[in-house]
Amino acid sequence: MKYVIPLLVFAAISAFLFVGLDKDPTIVPSPLIDKPAPEFSLPVLGSEGGSFSTADMKGKVWLLNIWATWCVGCRVEHPVLVDLARRNLVEIVGLNYKDQDQLAIQWLTELGDPYIATAVDHEGRTGIDWGFYGAPETFVIDKSGIVRYKHIGPVAPADLQNTILPLVAELQGSSS
Amino acid sequence: MSKLLSIVLVCGSMWITTLHAFEERTFNNPQDEATFYALVNELRCLVCQNQNIADSDADLAVDLRREIYAMINDGQSRSDILDFMVQRYGEFVLYKPRFSSKTLLLWLGPAFLLLLGGFILYRTTVNSRKPVEIPLDDAALSRARRLLDED
Repeated sequence: MKYVIPLLVFAAISAFLFVGLDKDPTIVPSPLIDKPAPEFSLPVLGSEGGSFSTADMKGKVWLLNIWATWCVGCRVEHPVLVDLARRNLVEIVGLNYKDQDQLAIQWLTELGDPYIATAVDHEGRTGIDWGFYGAPETFVIDKSGIVRYKHIGPVAPADLQNTILPLVAELQGSSS
Repeated sequence: MSKLLSIVLVCGSMWITTLHAFEERTFNNPQDEATFYALVNELRCLVCQNQNIADSDADLAVDLRREIYAMINDGQSRSDILDFMVQRYGEFVLYKPRFSSKTLLLWLGPAFLLLLGGFILYRTTVNSRKPVEIPLDDAALSRARRLLDED
């Protein structure tokens, strides 16, 4: 009995620490999940006077991908998005965050453009509304404009296959 | 000569640091200013998680300082600004988390552990204070007497 209690305490601490080993402290759960997507209306990259508004996406399941040319992870992720766009499974909207238009246009010309539209957030004000902090970030928004999922960091093909695409399919199947 | 050089170097580096930290702000009143500095010191920068928004040089921290500054000059209260931050980045931005059902263990855990520790300490000391009974027989007594007499 004398040794049982310390042993139990030790086992409990070890269990917590062991679970903690696998967790990435830089990934902070978003408070936006299951809340209405923050609305914005911004100019579209490379178009004179064109604008994109979140209201345009009502009734569709869509992805919002926040990216910038200065972001290394975005370069890693980009081919995955281009491939996804080619499969026509879901519409991807880009949000070009605190970037230079010229560089962003060049990037999309060289590497391919997976976005139905790229909204331009020069000031980073929209990024703040979306709680953006670790480029790149990708959100899944459902037909009624509710944020359902947030992926922080580059999306890998496995993330698409295991998490994002099944969720998109499920949301596209539901009526609201 | 080396003295002059070190003076130049020291002053130069000071000049660079002040330039670096310089963001001009004017407030409507001293209270707003105090609120601003209190807020940026108790909000976490998510990019470099172990720094607050005041210390961090991350781009996001600069933007958030600007945002909070604008909100304060706009007449928004401390709790408005905290709500704004929590809505976007979650409770994690608060270095001092709010008291809620989710943070109950965090807030009360230490007090509970302290009480538990006190209880265990009390129990062990009470136990050790009980007089220890040593069985004494005549042989032991006479041996003790002999030992005392030897001096």
